[in-house]
Amino acid sequence: MDFNHSEYRQMLVDMLGRYLNQRYSMGVRHGIAQSDAGWSAEHWAALAELGVVGALFGEAVGGFGGAGFDIGAVFEQLGKALVVEPFLGTLMAGTALAQAGGHAELLNEMIAGQAVVVFAHEEPQSRYDLRDVETRVLETADGWALTGSKAVVPQIEAADWILVSAREAGGISLFLLGKMVAGVSIRGYPMIDGGRGGELILEGADAKRVGSPGEAYAIVEAAYAAGNVALVWEAVGIMDVLKAATLDYLRTRKQFGVPIGKFQALQHRMATMALEIEQARSAALNAAAALGAGRLERERKAAAAKFTIGKVGTLVAEEAIQMHGGIGMTWELPLSHYAKRLTMIGHQLGDEDHCLARFIALGLGPEGATA
Amino acid sequence: MNLDFTPQEEAFRQEVRSFLKEQLPARLAGKVRTCKRLSKQDMEQWHAILHARGWLANSWPEEWGGTGWSLAQRYIFDVETAMACAPRIVPFGVMMLGPVLIKYGSEAQKQYFLPRILNGSDWWCQGYSEPGAGSDLASLKCAAIRDGDHYVVNGQKTWTTFGHFANMIFCLVRTKKEGKPQEGISFLLIDMNTPGIEVRPIILLDGKHEVNEVFFSDVRVPAGNLVGEENKGWTYAKYLLTHERTNIAGIGASMAAFEWLLHIARAQKKNGRPLAEDPYFAARLARLEIDLENMKTTNLRVLAAAGQGVAPVAESSMLKIRGTEIRQEITALTRRALGPYAQPFISEALDEGFKGAPVGPEYAAPVAVEYFNNRKLTIFGGSNEVQREIITKAILEL
Repeated sequence: MDFNHSEYRQMLVDMLGRYLNQRYSMGVRHGIAQSDAGWSAEHWAALAELGVVGALFGEAVGGFGGAGFDIGAVFEQLGKALVVEPFLGTLMAGTALAQAGGHAELLNEMIAGQAVVVFAHEEPQSRYDLRDVETRVLETADGWALTGSKAVVPQIEAADWILVSAREAGGISLFLLGKMVAGVSIRGYPMIDGGRGGELILEGADAKRVGSPGEAYAIVEAAYAAGNVALVWEAVGIMDVLKAATLDYLRTRKQFGVPIGKFQALQHRMATMALEIEQARSAALNAAAALGAGRLERERKAAAAKFTIGKVGTLVAEEAIQMHGGIGMTWELPLSHYAKRLTMIGHQLGDEDHCLARFIALGLGPEGATA
Repeated sequence: MNLDFTPQEEAFRQEVRSFLKEQLPARLAGKVRTCKRLSKQDMEQWHAILHARGWLANSWPEEWGGTGWSLAQRYIFDVETAMACAPRIVPFGVMMLGPVLIKYGSEAQKQYFLPRILNGSDWWCQGYSEPGAGSDLASLKCAAIRDGDHYVVNGQKTWTTFGHFANMIFCLVRTKKEGKPQEGISFLLIDMNTPGIEVRPIILLDGKHEVNEVFFSDVRVPAGNLVGEENKGWTYAKYLLTHERTNIAGIGASMAAFEWLLHIARAQKKNGRPLAEDPYFAARLARLEIDLENMKTTNLRVLAAAGQGVAPVAESSMLKIRGTEIRQEITALTRRALGPYAQPFISEALDEGFKGAPVGPEYAAPVAVEYFNNRKLTIFGGSNEVQREIITKAILEL
């Protein structure tokens, strides 16, 4: 057992932490998050230059990381700074492309920060069910045309390419889509926790095939497993910030002539919050350690971790605001933005109830066949 | 980052497993598995078996007859023995007093008492709580007044587990009334056969005798039985709380109890299907399993930090709180799993050799008893509310 980062990974963490500390202050972040674009191409390029994107991928596809703990280490830091740039979409699209094989050039461009690719899989009706894909494929004279809708895709407007799933040949297939081609429309919008997302509407959009027809479900699962590891570690980073801020507030805010941390009602709530955060960190460790394991182990640990983060994240966000009182409700205090992001992580890739159901289904039978 | 045990630790696990396969009597394992009541002789038998292998005092250094194991080895031993349904080690002498004597006892105390703990000559009980000193332990009043070569002890201790089996008791006693309450407490070893000691049973909610009240009137204790210095007893008691609590989460016990819960939830039927597949019950099971899986890793993190010399203060309290909550939830779900058959109370069915027909499923009899008995977990050893105070104090630094 060793709960420390390797020397190399620690260097990455330190470097990323330093960059965000110096160049991605809360003021800068707000400016980016509320901007028309909802992300910063300049910071994206700089972070890619530092190797942060490459850390998300294995050497086989030109990266220099890609293990669960690499992804976790990066996203923990991104969480601490509430980074809005398209890291999650890049991780998931890149993982899927790497699994599908080929696409070496595009992956290289992604790692170099020259191309942004996001993953558009979930649909308005699918509600986290990864098998529920209604987007259709039509073979055309010179390729394929997609028709359907994709729901709440983070930073889709930032993407140069969109990796899209569609139903075909009794299964799910993947396609790459240029944003500017005919038949593609995006309805972009700001997100409650900063940055932007969008709905993708496809009406006979020309697309390039990725991988074999009807066989992409396993790839989608793998991309989601990586995405879940990223999100739970982003949440761990956020929870540490919320915990530190709340502790600081309990020490300094005075009412009835004493710091409010002297009151037992708040002490017990703080202790519970701290305990739950450690349980959540353990869940995130388990998920990161299992990302390279077999499917069942990987999926069960990911579901357990995402469930735990959903449960604990909500508690921590709500308690942090409550213990701050009125000031916790304000836009001005960074705390409220951490609370919003943490809560919304619980709405991405599978909520608490969905992950619990999935954990149960994966436990039935040797293959988790019903999941 | 690496969450796996080392190959050496895995080899150790195999060594423990084969020991248990050869040496753990089927009779004892059967009683533990089915939650029968263990007799004093049962517990002594298991201690003797462990002692013969040199594995009884697994938190002691080798020079005093301990194993010298790492924290990881102790964790593995705890999990493996629990999963094999071995009786638990009676903690008072081996886990609680032994480490205090080794750290703070005189040479004579170590030479005399430590071997007697190992060979079973002494059965120790713990004299900490008093009727007026529960969570506020430092307010204890049981007084020891120096009189020549003796202390004269007057007062009362309570909740004394297995006091009716014990021939020795280690007590926190008041030796000074002035100043901070914590600074007037001493750690005293008392022979239960000394005149003036009376042990009275307290019958618990399951109808059984497990804990006692112990009364002291003019009990003369040789001054040589004082551990360390007078008025430093609080320090010695606290040493245990911070240094010997890395297994306090009781992961092994919870893992074994969870297996038993799954066994019952699969055997019980609802609408003709196993209860374990009922969506509502399955959700309860899954929440519990996830919490337990997270707790395992939390515990291993604390072990790893403690192995690097970080005294786990807040962490020990976290392990105690969540570890006991998980164990209670397991007993609660086991109780729920039985439905109406949680109600019949056939107390004799919990004793060895019961030949009567079971009422309802064969595993039903002890379930409600275990549930009610285990309410104690969040109360003893510093209630979970006290643990929350400890956590906040440690992290808030107010």
